[in-house]
Amino acid sequence: MIPALRSGPLEDVIDTVRATVAAAPSVVPVGARTHWDVGGEPTGAVEVRAPAGIVEYEPAELTITVGAGTTIAQLDEVLAASGQQCPLDPRDPAATVGGVLAVGLSGPRRLRYRPLRDRLLEVHLVTGDARRVKGGGRVVKNVSGYDVCRLTVGSLGTLGVIVQVTLRCEPRPAASSWFACPYPGDVALARAYRPSTVLTDGRTSTVLVEGAGADLDEEQRRLGGVPTGDPLPLPTGPHRGRIAVRPRALAACGADLDALELRWCAEAGIGTVHVATDDEDRLAEARAVAATHGGWMLREAGAPGLDPFGTPLPVDALQARIKAALDPGGVCNPGRLPYPRPAEVPA
Amino acid sequence: MESGAAGVACFPDSLDDLATIVRLCVAHDRPFVARGSGTGLCGGATPLHDAVVIVLTRMNRVLEIDPVERVAWVQPGVLNLDLSLAVAHLGLHYAPDPSSQQACSIGGNVGTNAGGPHCLAEGVTSGHVLALDVVTPDGEIVRLGGLEPDRPGLDLRGVFVGSEGTMGIAGAIAVRLLPDPPAVRTLLLDFLEVDAATATVSGIIAAGIVPAAIEMMDALITQAVEDFVGAGYPRDAAAVLLVELDGLPAGVEEQAAAVARVAERCGARSVRVAADDTERALLWKGRKTAFGAIARFAPDYYLHDAVVPRTRLGEVLRAIYRIGDEQALTIVNVFHAGDGNLHPIIAFDARDEGVWTRVHAAGDAILRICVEAGGTLSGEHGIGLEKRDAMPLIFTPDDLDFQARLRDAFDPSGRANPEKVLPRGSRCGEVQRVPAGAWV
Repeated sequence: MIPALRSGPLEDVIDTVRATVAAAPSVVPVGARTHWDVGGEPTGAVEVRAPAGIVEYEPAELTITVGAGTTIAQLDEVLAASGQQCPLDPRDPAATVGGVLAVGLSGPRRLRYRPLRDRLLEVHLVTGDARRVKGGGRVVKNVSGYDVCRLTVGSLGTLGVIVQVTLRCEPRPAASSWFACPYPGDVALARAYRPSTVLTDGRTSTVLVEGAGADLDEEQRRLGGVPTGDPLPLPTGPHRGRIAVRPRALAACGADLDALELRWCAEAGIGTVHVATDDEDRLAEARAVAATHGGWMLREAGAPGLDPFGTPLPVDALQARIKAALDPGGVCNPGRLPYPRPAEVPA
Repeated sequence: MESGAAGVACFPDSLDDLATIVRLCVAHDRPFVARGSGTGLCGGATPLHDAVVIVLTRMNRVLEIDPVERVAWVQPGVLNLDLSLAVAHLGLHYAPDPSSQQACSIGGNVGTNAGGPHCLAEGVTSGHVLALDVVTPDGEIVRLGGLEPDRPGLDLRGVFVGSEGTMGIAGAIAVRLLPDPPAVRTLLLDFLEVDAATATVSGIIAAGIVPAAIEMMDALITQAVEDFVGAGYPRDAAAVLLVELDGLPAGVEEQAAAVARVAERCGARSVRVAADDTERALLWKGRKTAFGAIARFAPDYYLHDAVVPRTRLGEVLRAIYRIGDEQALTIVNVFHAGDGNLHPIIAFDARDEGVWTRVHAAGDAILRICVEAGGTLSGEHGIGLEKRDAMPLIFTPDDLDFQARLRDAFDPSGRANPEKVLPRGSRCGEVQRVPAGAWV
């Protein structure tokens, strides 16, 4: 059980982060290193870690405020005790909340619970000049000021060290079941009403339905599937990638991956294809397939010789201006995102 | 009230036209302001300094509907309700539904990150915009976001939505469409005490139910609405809640029963379930025309927008009524209770001598009460000009400096809708102007 820290010790850790940032030429935020291979090689001089612990949790608000160093497993334990959840859903529950948000990869239940970026209500950053900056607020609806929360999700810690966050939670469903269906994911999507996940290998699919028990039976009938405790697995291996294409390109993309005998599993309705190989060079082939279908592939794990993104940042001059404006000293996690060099950015 | 003055008004027909106009503004060093339907409530589209007003009402075409990917590309001037009507035959709809949805445009919704009753379960506009073709403040056309799930780097799309025209102008918008729910139940809960209604709101959420919508109306507005639409709202109620549940049928029935139990436990006088779509539509008509019904008891009103933690609704409402008494003003409430999004309406007659002073004092006091309760300045209307100078109530100078630098990165020249959202003095080193009284 995670200790419910009073604000004192948690604040002390944030002060330590600020002092470290103030003294160091550059910093590299570290969570649980479960997503360490995402992004470029970090070149920050000094490691910093966010505090762990619950700052505030009022179940009737469906929000929770935690130190960003809290692990997903700890968060889930606290929420489960009140019949709630926060579907961040990283592969490894040892991941920290701050790490998952910084990396910005949504979990497979995105189809129902929306992408990760919609979960973050308030964020506290320690910026490169050691200031503490808050974005958003602790209420569930808020359009006051610029959306610093969404800016932070996926920023890989390059705009500031995420030290504390408020997250939107959800009730845990009364029942849930996976159904194995003998057809591809797009068919499942057309039959089921807003399932939580549709995983597909191009020939079959497994569909996660969450809700009332009687509805699960009805959805099973509509799907014509059979309950399974064994959904299609996300592929594993030392070298993993995450392809992003338009959802309608999934079938063709999958067929090309099959032709190359690569292991993959796609999230239908989203456009994410998880790919894994034992041979680093083969991941580059998967990336080429993604490009063929108008998408791109993130290196998610392994493949040290592979470019982490394989594509420049979209509208990279603007991204570089934002980085230069918010972290002019280049203190925050240098190396992680391929911002063009300032000299390459138009004034 | 503060007002602006337009320099030139332009009516682009296309994205290219829009870019040409912005480039002309750059060439002549003129500020510019985008304007949709003009339904905004925070003065976001008010032109200052003879700004060029770029009116987007002629860019009103639905460009593409993809029923398989459930995406529509629209021009910014498409009206919110028109989009849902255009996809209704496909069993799809666009979720954010501001009360002004018959008149407000998708582009304006993007600007303010607009909400609506059904944003309780589905989230506000930002969660529904996948990509935008934006004319940047220097006249370039760029695509932010995309139809593939996650583009590398910073979420520029996320930052742009809700930026109130200060980071450029969207000329085409890709929005997510949702399938219509197989089952819908709408409940009207009737209370003799406001506190019983607010306790019911918290009780529903605490019971693990997130309805599609939980709307609240207090006594005066309920009477006015009933006079207006005759939907059968109880004229003698202290408050009513309109609760809508949608989804798969069994879950909806279970949740409707659970909501009724919570309401009865909290002291509801009656629970009425809309028998059919006609009755449901009539109940919603009452809610969505509530602002018009105010005319039955006062010629003018000032509509506020603030959010508080939903567990604090009861005490905040009591404080709002007290503020009304202190300022001798009638304040009524019709709002999105499920997410704590208050809409106190100060009703008055602008012909009364000195009434504006009291209206502004009441508005200021309401905002302060909401912030002190752990809330925020705006849930869905935006900051614009109206609440700009209240931003220091919720943000520190360091927070505001961070936002100012973010804005400047998008618009180094400061031509895009200047002086909105952030108060003067937000940038570190900028001379702090002493505000001449709270603007709100």
